Amino acid sequence: MTYTGCPALQKAWDARAAMNFICGGTGSGLIVFAVAGDARGFALQVLLLAGLVLVGGGLSCVWHELGRPRRALNVFRHARTSWMSREAIAAALLVPVTLAAMLGVSGMAMLAAIVAAAFAVCQARMLQASRAIPAWREPLVAPLLVVSAFVEGGGLFFAASPWLSAGDAQVLVFFGSFVLVRVVVFLVYRRAIAGAVPQAGLAALDRAGAVLHATTIASLVGVALVGSGIAGETWTFAVASLAGIAALAGGVYLKSTLVLRAAYRQAPALSHLPARGRR
Amino acid sequence: MTRYAMAVDLDRCVGCQTCTASCKHANATPPGVQWRRVLDMEFGHYPDVARVFVPMACQHCDDPPCMDVCPTQATRKRPDGIVTIDYDVCIGCAYCVVACPYDARTKVAKPTFAFGKPTPSEAARFDDARIGVATKCTFCVERIDAGTAKGLTPGVDPEATPACVNSCIAKALTFGDIEDPQSDVAKAVANNAHFRMHAELGTGPRVYYLYDRQRDGRREDGAPEMGEPAAIV
Repeated sequence: MTYTGCPALQKAWDARAAMNFICGGTGSGLIVFAVAGDARGFALQVLLLAGLVLVGGGLSCVWHELGRPRRALNVFRHARTSWMSREAIAAALLVPVTLAAMLGVSGMAMLAAIVAAAFAVCQARMLQASRAIPAWREPLVAPLLVVSAFVEGGGLFFAASPWLSAGDAQVLVFFGSFVLVRVVVFLVYRRAIAGAVPQAGLAALDRAGAVLHATTIASLVGVALVGSGIAGETWTFAVASLAGIAALAGGVYLKSTLVLRAAYRQAPALSHLPARGRR
Repeated sequence: MTRYAMAVDLDRCVGCQTCTASCKHANATPPGVQWRRVLDMEFGHYPDVARVFVPMACQHCDDPPCMDVCPTQATRKRPDGIVTIDYDVCIGCAYCVVACPYDARTKVAKPTFAFGKPTPSEAARFDDARIGVATKCTFCVERIDAGTAKGLTPGVDPEATPACVNSCIAKALTFGDIEDPQSDVAKAVANNAHFRMHAELGTGPRVYYLYDRQRDGRREDGAPEMGEPAAIV
């Protein structure tokens, strides 16, 4: 039996940190999908640039949260164990590689996708390495965040694809599969943390789960309508946009919940109680 | 090799917060920042209740999660086990704050004073290096280093001992080299039932909480020895 105190919500990371996870995940996922979706020419340039801007925007949010922003370059000093250092290194690599891919340098697009995926993994592992927060240290949080990053980026890609004439049936299946996998990973994750996270945290995650389910259904219906051709040329733009934005919205709400509303700290706990007056 | 540790006798602590006050005095921490604090925890329902005072601070872990996550190497562990922060290197990302299971770290974004404007004492002791970076209990490392340089023994000589330990009115806190079998802290840990908080997380905390084995009614492995504590949840 353990005697546990009251857990408190973490306050050290605010919405700016959440924005880093949201924008970083979406941006890196978009770069991966732009390459996997075989976008070419102007479409590839636009999508890669958008992905890079999103990653940069997220990092700039978290830069504003630093207590000593002028020392930000120190972030690169501990790649041996710190996932934050690794995230920074991945981001620093992502910029030249993506720019080279935009300029059409051979092989750079694939490299950009690999570095973007590595960036998403680093972000996900950052949360998992926080041993103080039960909702984060659960190992399934890493695959959940990585898959969600791909879904968010895929959502943007799907929404933009009719306008940019990018993507094909294969990438549609790819996107739909990730949407489905995300909700499955979430359900397994939710079950895994049931005994470790306080009720208030679980309630917040359940709300995020409800949003995730709704957006998953919307996205899959959109994928089915576009993929089967039922939407027709007239409605494809609207359906793809809504389905893509739904996938993105589910990820945004999930990540903001994870960082801001479900992040209860490990409460102080005693495995034994004292007996005063004995010595 | 020297390995500093602290023993907290939960049977002795009366929750007077003198250690909290002495820590604030010794380290000049700003309002709202407590490197050391005493938790007042209540368990159970009337009439079967228990109230426990739990002194908490940095546990100077063997495997500190704060050190692993720190992207700058500002957090380091000395050979004697004390976990330190280099304020000139820390970027104030607060990753260590969310990684510490003991809630031992604080980041202060801007200077704060008890009465708005700094008092003469606060002005004299204000340290800009501590603004915007992570701070925490250091086991009063400056006292330890200054004391040992004079040939004093931490945990024995007050001049080389953390301020909280010196101030404790109930002798609930014991400090010293746990690798030295003759030290008070090594004896306290060897001769008493004890546990380490959140040890299951693999942090290897160097703060040992002592308790009364008989009254608690359970063995070291947690199995009941004299039955469950009555109606305490």
